[in-house]
Amino acid sequence: MSETTNQLLDNLNALAAGLILLTAFGIVAMRQIRGCLNLFIVQSLLLAASAALLGLRHQSEHLYGVALVNVLSKPVIVPWLLRKTSPAEIYTRREIDQVLNIPTSLLIALALAILSYFLAMPLLNSVGPDFRGPNVPVGIAGLLLGAFTLTVRREAVPLLIGLLVMENGAFLTGISISRNLPLLVELAIATDGLIIVFIMGVLTRAVQKHTGTTAVGTLASLKEAAPEPTTNEATR
Amino acid sequence: MSVIVILLLPLLAAALVCFPGKRHWAAGVTVVSCLTILVLAARVAWLVSAGDSVTTVLQAGMLKWIAVDGLSALIPLLIALVGSTAAIFSVGYMAHKNPEPRKLLLYYANYNLFIFSMLAIPVMAEPTLVWIVVELTTLCSALLVSFENTPEALEAAWKYVVLSLMGAAMALFGFLVLFAAMQAAGGGIYTWKGLVAAAPSMPPVLLQTAFLMILIGLGTKAGLVPMHTWLPDAHSQAPSPVCALLSGVETTAILYVILRLFPVMKAAPNSHAETWALVLGLISVGTAAFLLLQVRDYKRMFAFSTVEHMGIILAAAGLGASAAGYGTMQQIVSHSITKSFCFFAAGAALLTVGTREIAAVRGLIRKSPVASAALIFGGLGITGSPPLAVFLSEFSILKAGLNQRHYLATGLLAVFIVIAFFGVMLHINRMVFGAWDQEDAAPTNEHSSGAKEDKLPFSCRLALLLAAVPVLLLGIYIPKPLQDLLTLAANALTK
Repeated sequence: MSETTNQLLDNLNALAAGLILLTAFGIVAMRQIRGCLNLFIVQSLLLAASAALLGLRHQSEHLYGVALVNVLSKPVIVPWLLRKTSPAEIYTRREIDQVLNIPTSLLIALALAILSYFLAMPLLNSVGPDFRGPNVPVGIAGLLLGAFTLTVRREAVPLLIGLLVMENGAFLTGISISRNLPLLVELAIATDGLIIVFIMGVLTRAVQKHTGTTAVGTLASLKEAAPEPTTNEATR
Repeated sequence: MSVIVILLLPLLAAALVCFPGKRHWAAGVTVVSCLTILVLAARVAWLVSAGDSVTTVLQAGMLKWIAVDGLSALIPLLIALVGSTAAIFSVGYMAHKNPEPRKLLLYYANYNLFIFSMLAIPVMAEPTLVWIVVELTTLCSALLVSFENTPEALEAAWKYVVLSLMGAAMALFGFLVLFAAMQAAGGGIYTWKGLVAAAPSMPPVLLQTAFLMILIGLGTKAGLVPMHTWLPDAHSQAPSPVCALLSGVETTAILYVILRLFPVMKAAPNSHAETWALVLGLISVGTAAFLLLQVRDYKRMFAFSTVEHMGIILAAAGLGASAAGYGTMQQIVSHSITKSFCFFAAGAALLTVGTREIAAVRGLIRKSPVASAALIFGGLGITGSPPLAVFLSEFSILKAGLNQRHYLATGLLAVFIVIAFFGVMLHINRMVFGAWDQEDAAPTNEHSSGAKEDKLPFSCRLALLLAAVPVLLLGIYIPKPLQDLLTLAANALTK
């Protein structure tokens, strides 16, 4: 392939990576649960696009497979599974009581994104020039922002999406620096994501049935320090 | 071939329990399948310790990713052993809890899938596939943890899933970087063996990053401090036989994956894997030892003891020498068998008194001699009293530490073990022999129920007996095949 085409593909891939970072920011800040899910779907499509572009760039049919698996599993099957397993009303929710307010969360997210760039530098320097690209820092940022989402959100579905964003981040790095993984393994990883959604959907339904809420982050009865008053009297 | 059958049997059992049968059909299928796996795993371990390489049979196609070697041969044996006793204990436990038939069926189906996912960890030799089955262990056991469906159990299951999967995502990153490191070193087959061969020429940055990400990610699931917060919740809220599996073998299997990286790190020039392991291990042991003093729930107590033992095993692996490797593997074995017994004992106590509060249980010896004896035996066993299994293994770890001139680390380890002993035995002593204070009215049923009412189901007693045998036996005498296997694993770990 000619030099200019390669250049173009690299630029397009960089664009996709940049947009993935943007969606990760959106998921940290978005209050509407339906909106969070839509952003996640966009992010997964961008991930598939990045895999396809890299496949074209490095003539790797294997990456087309990865792109195909991603297009099928996350944007299509994940929302379907969620609808099947968990109560319908969670979509219509707005999450009001985040642990941090949105401007603060976004500032911390920005700091994490910058940090991930510095974390990625030494990694990029020790892989071959073919494997370098914006995927590694953005992937690490996805990992960190997903983890951050997990710490600030309380509703079940945004927490689940935080987990999937982390996995997308790891995957985004993977398609760049370890792109020769066997296809079977990639398929297994994709299936695994679906099982995560299924199990967590079932758990969410059980939580709602037995506690009447889907704000799982507010469940905090299991603690070491805070004894129930009744048992305290019985101790001594 | 046995290796493939070991993997297929629990899947078959999971499918079989879904067919409607007589009252004990599902339980029976599970027990039979686990016992068969135990025999097969023993056979595989025997072949490996005799020097026959099980791997050579399976070189074709996808099967090259399945291999059992010296380091991994022990783990399926432990999983099958604890899986069998826990399945027997489940019969009585579930009969006592009496859930609706559909839930019972789901319990056994999940139980077999969980056994499958754990067995696949040591059998898989390709690191990313190992990652996938590690993920599967979380997903298959999530619904077992939430089985009771109380708000507490659901909270525990939710924390367990979210934190474990969060760790798993970091570990996935680590495994992908490890693959990149291997490509940078010139490629080869991505298996544990291939990694050791390629390690000397890997870029150090990639290898170190991968190791740290995997240590933190899987350390979350193994319950290492400070990522342990979910563990006491999940390991106390699940039904007791499931706790035995979670604490006894699941954590061990995860730790095995971390230990798998040690030979790789050793093959690479100036890696600091051992220092990391020693420091992280000591932090876990110390924190857990002090937390043990102030628990209020006896199942949580044993869960914290698991955190402590994971720390001991990791610290022992960090000591480095071949003797410490032997101690590490011995500790893995003795912890698995003793901790599963402890949770059976806790389950027996729970069935008798119906509460998990330490403060609400006094004078248990009058109410249930069996549960009391089991609690004392388990407590003494897990805290390393002679002549039980943990004593021998902790002794060999401390001895290896002194020989290696790790005086500070060994001293700290010994102090923490003693503190943990006092923590556990203090609580158990109060529960078993303690009297009610005058001002506290003892629960009325204690007076009315008579002196020796013991409603423990037969299968629970049987499981307690079966689980106690190896704890006692391995404290006195280690059979030659097991000794060979431990030496083999120690050599694989430290060379």
